[in-house]
Amino acid sequence: MSTAVVEVPARSEVNYLNANYGIRSWLFTKDHKRIALLYLASITFMFFVGGAAAVLMRLHLITPEGTLVQPATYNKLFTIHGVVMVFFFMIPSIPAVLGNFLVPMMIGAKDLAFPRLNLLSWYIYIVGAMFTLYAILAGGVDTGWTFYTPYSSTYSNSHVIATALGVFITGFSSILTGLNFIVTIHKMRAPGLTWFRMPLFLWSIYATSVIFILGTPVIAITIVLVFLERVLHVGIFDPKLGGDPLLFQHLFWFYSHPAVYIMVLPGMGVVSELIACFSRKRIFGYSFVAFSSLAIAVIGFLVWGHHMFVAGQSVYASLIFSLLSFLVAIPSAIKVFNWTATLYKGSISYQAPMLYALGFIGLFTMGGLTGLFLASLATDVHLSGTYFIVAHFHYIMVGGAVMAYMGGIHFWWPKITGRMYPDAWARFAALLIFVGFNLTFFPQFMLGYLGMPRRYATYPAEFQVLNVMSSAGASILAIGYLIPLIYFIWSIRYGPIAGPNPWRAKGLEWETPSPPPPDNFDVTPIVTEEAYNYAGAPPIAAAGGANV
Amino acid sequence: MREAQRGERFEPSMLNAFHISALATLDWPGIRLRPEQGSTIAESVDHLHFFLTGLTLFFTFLIFLTIIYFAIKYRRRSENEQVPETKTYLPLELTWTLIPSALCIFIFMWSSSLYFRNSRAPNASMEIFVIGKQWMWQLQHPEGPREINALHVPINVPVKLTMTSEDVIHGFYIPAFRIKRDVLPGRYSTIWFQATQLGTYHLFCSQYCGAEHSGMIGWVYVMSPTDYALWLAGGSKGESMADTGARLFTQYGCNTCHKPDGTGKGPSLVGLFGKRQPLKDGRTLTVDETFIRQAITNPNSMPLTNYSPVMPTFQGQLNEEQILDLMAYVKSLGAQERTAK
Repeated sequence: MSTAVVEVPARSEVNYLNANYGIRSWLFTKDHKRIALLYLASITFMFFVGGAAAVLMRLHLITPEGTLVQPATYNKLFTIHGVVMVFFFMIPSIPAVLGNFLVPMMIGAKDLAFPRLNLLSWYIYIVGAMFTLYAILAGGVDTGWTFYTPYSSTYSNSHVIATALGVFITGFSSILTGLNFIVTIHKMRAPGLTWFRMPLFLWSIYATSVIFILGTPVIAITIVLVFLERVLHVGIFDPKLGGDPLLFQHLFWFYSHPAVYIMVLPGMGVVSELIACFSRKRIFGYSFVAFSSLAIAVIGFLVWGHHMFVAGQSVYASLIFSLLSFLVAIPSAIKVFNWTATLYKGSISYQAPMLYALGFIGLFTMGGLTGLFLASLATDVHLSGTYFIVAHFHYIMVGGAVMAYMGGIHFWWPKITGRMYPDAWARFAALLIFVGFNLTFFPQFMLGYLGMPRRYATYPAEFQVLNVMSSAGASILAIGYLIPLIYFIWSIRYGPIAGPNPWRAKGLEWETPSPPPPDNFDVTPIVTEEAYNYAGAPPIAAAGGANV
Repeated sequence: MREAQRGERFEPSMLNAFHISALATLDWPGIRLRPEQGSTIAESVDHLHFFLTGLTLFFTFLIFLTIIYFAIKYRRRSENEQVPETKTYLPLELTWTLIPSALCIFIFMWSSSLYFRNSRAPNASMEIFVIGKQWMWQLQHPEGPREINALHVPINVPVKLTMTSEDVIHGFYIPAFRIKRDVLPGRYSTIWFQATQLGTYHLFCSQYCGAEHSGMIGWVYVMSPTDYALWLAGGSKGESMADTGARLFTQYGCNTCHKPDGTGKGPSLVGLFGKRQPLKDGRTLTVDETFIRQAITNPNSMPLTNYSPVMPTFQGQLNEEQILDLMAYVKSLGAQERTAK
């Protein structure tokens, strides 16, 4: 986007990182960029907590009788993995880290609409995370991340209340972040930045924020109800107290299915930015991609019943939920086709972020298509509750959302830190993650079709070969995630200076120094063109001295 | 996955000609690719599964190959490359909106009709009762035999399972039969199958239920009718469920109000099962398993017309097994009347 800013200095004298020093300057910061980094550190820690649980699970499952722990401990491992990864890593990942950093920069603003509220959101997240970490250290929780009643409300002897409170509290962080983004995008766009000139990342963050605000209160209410039954024995879900166990599932999935879109929609936004930049093309079918984000956010609220096809809802309800679930597949398909078409006649280069973006398209396609098996009633009866489900949602969550998150971090790392990481190592890690991921989760599709139920600490011997393949893949995947941790930390000190725009990317965030000054822009930018105007870019830009 | 590649060429019209059994030979050494097909519905579910596998592979390869082709053809050759502007092309957008939509509607109709057809048990089904509890399956045959973590059934006979749980939600899953249903406390869920192959099959709990969830497994034994009859006779040491129910009916004093001639404080239960019963609140319900369970555990929730609500609740006094026995007794009363006519 051409703006009033003509010449960008390679490095700003004063940037948001060196503007002031000391622990207090971070803990009391109102700068959205610093808050993004606070989130980055916290969710990275939580990612490795959840990842450690996953590694232990896969080690345990190498033999049919289980190698490592007692079944009760295994149950706690998969619960920790699920709770931590869903509520404390995936949901905040792209919105709270990249969204916080980029939303104001992409719209040419100085900060989010409510900077104090933004800092409060992070503190709320931390308090929630503390409750959950306490529950883990105090002996764990064994309900699964789904907290199904009456097991969670009456029968489990583990730390359900501490964990659920953690989830309850962190939900408010999501709500406030969503509110902040919506107001910011509505009110603070730079002159000339109309809705249809916005980068698609902003559209997807906007759609995500709507789900945050509409969906999260429902999980909060549900947790309060579990609390009432577990602590005060008010009959809500347990039939012995006069309750209805399916009511919980309706409430839980009314939030938790849209939560899937909270996790993947921002990823779709990131991928749109990456594909456009590294093929030097405007995203094909921009408005179709933008509106499909909104369509997914809306229809996503109407499909929760597909988690309950075998739970005991009526046949007719199942038919309607099945149809609606097929419907939500279509906007996702539209996105995939448009991203692929964007490559046509492009000028494509293959730095690490692009590898992640292409990996996202492939794995998300597989994750989406295997969702058709589960939207189909007849096949879902056989596949639900098996490893097929596990494989399917990991293709969406990890193959999709985490790949996009990794791609996004690699793409904006030079903007965030002002430094480049070693691209060869980054490409190697991306490849390792892709291979490790498929080796981990593809065999699980086969296991599920063969009938192996999920959440089994021990299993019949005939499933061993596929389980060993999956465990082998998980170890490759673990190494793939550790390598970036090392080179990112290395690059902060030793990486080459990136310059304002190492990828020659379009977008307002690239028209300010790296790292950006505390107020992002010295002069408020004025937008005069649509997003991704690579065709109109000057033949060769000053590529900031980076070795890319 | 060679197996799945076969599926790619799959047309619904070819389904009948397609011999799934041939695929068994395609299994890799050490890895099965297909679970056993032990019931009448297994093959039709697999047909849909293979079609979807084919569709998944087709679109995955379509996207992968297109990306790889573009990635090579349009790789950046110089940093100075200028790219042409491509405008959104509406016919193309419509094509890739409408084709997936049509496919989705096709799959929806196929899978839903299959599901709908399989959702109701045939009237002539043999009945077996299932109680899930942490962490075992208890299966009860009306003739009397009771089994733990094992289910013996005859081949080629439709079997209807009426299931409930003593505690948390469990899931009753027989992969070889392609059937699964959650087993909930406080209500009955039903499922049915008709076994087509003699053999022994896994029975799994598919809904996480606590510490020993993965130990809540068992075996399904599909037997020839003669073997099954022998097994029933050998296992049936005690009374039938209806006999036990009759004993409980007296023991808990039910018979003082529910007199067979209808002169007691409660209605006669003779011939009641399967009838439509009007309630004071205006509802009219069919007397089925759920109705009877509710009438025993929470009678005040269903006040009958013409009777005063004096029946005490038996919640907590009777366990699920005893309630099932009483139900079998009430059902047998209905059967007696019908045979008497």
